[in-house]
Amino acid sequence: MADLRVNIAGVEFKNPVITASGTFGFGQEYARIYDISRLGGISCKGTTLHERPGNPSPRIAETPSGILNSVGLQNPGVDAFIRDDLPFLKKQNTVIIANIAGSQIEDYVETVRRLQDADVDMIELNISCPNVKEGGVSFGTSAKSVENITKQVKAVAKQPLMIKLTPNVTDITETAAAAEAGGADAVSLINTLTGMKIDINTRRPILKNNTGGMSGAAVFPVALRMVWQVANRVKIPVVGMGGITKWQDAVEMLLAGATAVQIGTANFTDAYTPLKVIAGINDYLDEHGEKSVLDIVGKVQVW
Amino acid sequence: MVQAYFKIHSVEKLNDTTYSFVIACPALAKESWCGRFVNIQCGEKTLRRPISISEIDSENGTITIVFEVRGEGTAWLAKQKAGDELNILGPLGNGFFPEKDKPAIFIGGGIGCPPMLGAAQDYGKNAEAILGFRSKEQLILLDKFEQCCQSVSVTTNDGSFGTKGFVTDILKEKLQEKPDCIVYACGPMPMLKGVAAMCAEHDVQCYVSLEQRMGCGIGACLVCACKTHEKDGEHMRHVCKNGPVFDAREVDFNG
Repeated sequence: MADLRVNIAGVEFKNPVITASGTFGFGQEYARIYDISRLGGISCKGTTLHERPGNPSPRIAETPSGILNSVGLQNPGVDAFIRDDLPFLKKQNTVIIANIAGSQIEDYVETVRRLQDADVDMIELNISCPNVKEGGVSFGTSAKSVENITKQVKAVAKQPLMIKLTPNVTDITETAAAAEAGGADAVSLINTLTGMKIDINTRRPILKNNTGGMSGAAVFPVALRMVWQVANRVKIPVVGMGGITKWQDAVEMLLAGATAVQIGTANFTDAYTPLKVIAGINDYLDEHGEKSVLDIVGKVQVW
Repeated sequence: MVQAYFKIHSVEKLNDTTYSFVIACPALAKESWCGRFVNIQCGEKTLRRPISISEIDSENGTITIVFEVRGEGTAWLAKQKAGDELNILGPLGNGFFPEKDKPAIFIGGGIGCPPMLGAAQDYGKNAEAILGFRSKEQLILLDKFEQCCQSVSVTTNDGSFGTKGFVTDILKEKLQEKPDCIVYACGPMPMLKGVAAMCAEHDVQCYVSLEQRMGCGIGACLVCACKTHEKDGEHMRHVCKNGPVFDAREVDFNG
């Protein structure tokens, strides 16, 4: 049994597998299928200052080896999150990451301020949601604004701050470096890639929002490349995600430089994916004589 | 709620594109009731396919699902044979709770008929059913409905079987005969909208089972949204968790 513990910005995770925001609600649903305390952590559904109803349906379309979604940040608002969802989550004996989104900097700052005394272990800032007009993605695409929002939120955040980066940029290492310069304690990537699907019979997009965020196995090679690039650029920990469906993908992410991974879309295909990935990483480490998962982080031997 | 592999006990082809599978799944059957559904992994597809439970045999620990081949996922499913195992997540959703002390009308449109069969069977022998199909070729489950219902009316859009027209043509007469009844319906959105409007007009309680493109199936991903107007205001509910059965008066059929 290898040591699977990782430490990100002072937060200890029992293993490097976290469920990704937007795919796992606030934990209650999957807790009916398995013991979610076995997870390294849970990144909660993206939460905004006020309640948001989200976009009209359909909000999902299947694409080759993946999906598009356009949920549009439906959530009950940060106060309801703290009141209704956090008490359950805190009993789960796993790291709880509050994922925060907004449409203006003041909203992000106020939302994070309200979480100052809340029992969350970490904050993940979603400055990369592609489904909301001015919904974060505009903050996430220029290095200057990434640094600015990171700095302002960091000034009020009591918990370690992780910035979730969008892949819909020319050079993701620039926005990652900007987050680091702004004081981020970690970065996570990638959020979804903006995509589209059209029904050729009705000649209308499947998604009522026309476009949506693409995720699932199809995006994995892109995500892996970006994680590798970012891990080589910044000194803060990198959390890798995007299309991980099996333990081998997670090991690739770790080798590329991620200290931990998040699993999202694969939960829909197989609810047990995160547990299978944890077991698979452990077996891989044992088989290769590695004592700790940290011994393989960033150990890809590039040509 | 479980996610596990369960064996297909038997397969029956009901028409050119519709299949009925009996699945041996005691763990699912004991938590199943009419109107609930299961989410089935289909080969290499990223998303499971949500399929409603048609019949439940709790004694033998089986459920029956009836599905239509609509795309790659259901095409894969249709190729599975008796003895094969399916990865099933379920049972899911709220389902129907037929009120047995009132006359009940069960309305199914096309592939919306299967969940109504279980509901009619649960209600008992005084059930009335109205089934609508595009044409005779799409007809399914008529014998099964006839076994459990007091009367079954069939409509086809082209008049190739039963009454030419729509289920609402029959429903209109029934509502005049039985103004104190309750209506339960599942089918295409335009049909449900028509049924709901007619019931509202006659001040008859109506429950509809909705369909929406789904992700997780358990209420975590929030994609299968359905707008409702409830006493405390407007909500974005989710077909997988809050439904698939909704009080028709609360559903925003245009939302």
